[in-house]
Amino acid sequence: MEIYAFIVLSVLAIGSALGMILNKNTVNSALFLVLHLISLAGIYLLLKAQFLAIVQIIVYAGAIMVLFLFVIMLLNVADEPSLFDRFRVGYFLAFLLGVAVLGQIVYSVAGVAGILPQISPEMERIGTVEAVGDVLFTEYLMPFEMTAILLTAAVVGALMVAQFKSGKVSRA
Amino acid sequence: MISIEWLISLSAVLFTIGLIGVLIRRNAVVVFMCIELMLNAVNLSLVAFSAYHGDIAGQILVFFSLSVAAAEAVVGLAIIIAIFRNNLSVDIGDINLLRF
Repeated sequence: MEIYAFIVLSVLAIGSALGMILNKNTVNSALFLVLHLISLAGIYLLLKAQFLAIVQIIVYAGAIMVLFLFVIMLLNVADEPSLFDRFRVGYFLAFLLGVAVLGQIVYSVAGVAGILPQISPEMERIGTVEAVGDVLFTEYLMPFEMTAILLTAAVVGALMVAQFKSGKVSRA
Repeated sequence: MISIEWLISLSAVLFTIGLIGVLIRRNAVVVFMCIELMLNAVNLSLVAFSAYHGDIAGQILVFFSLSVAAAEAVVGLAIIIAIFRNNLSVDIGDINLLRF
């Protein structure tokens, strides 16, 4: 049963990722990315990481992708005219480089395939909100607070970068 | 139960798709989304290792990488908006101010 769910979800993930990079329309690419993130959340659920699955949907598919869609509609850019209309050497080189990277990763994973661990018996109880929160607010409290500072700095920095009018940029 | 090799292979394939997308797309926003795709592929392998070791540290790391990805998306999109205001284009071929 889990195997079939995994196959469906991974085909969905790979298909939506391909749809994202091959689509001319930027809004459609963003919506394909949302589908990809939701299917990854399904795979997290199969791995008993409930907390991360929910956070993936709320934060990634909810917040970050809404931000992306706002920016796409704000910029109102036209479709890319010449994607795959004609053959380019660059596409071929990019494909070759991608295959090389994939081969490298698969080779290095295959090298340790025998010594990878089998399923842990503890697996059932990790990944719940209770278990994650328990560790997050005791052992990892300091990095957690640092995350708050990081997000505040990101918001302030984004406002500073994005608010200037063109031509009024001070070149101090 | 799913074997861990399948999860790592799926993660590698998704990472490769993201890499090819970064290389072939010209729109800066789509390039940015491809970077998010690569981040997610690595997150998937972290969750897989965490589940198979029975150790929660991997999931905590994914949590932090998610918040860093949120911060990165905010700042990166602000930079894209600033470039668009000055340049009226998000084509990465047109942005060559720092090219020597």
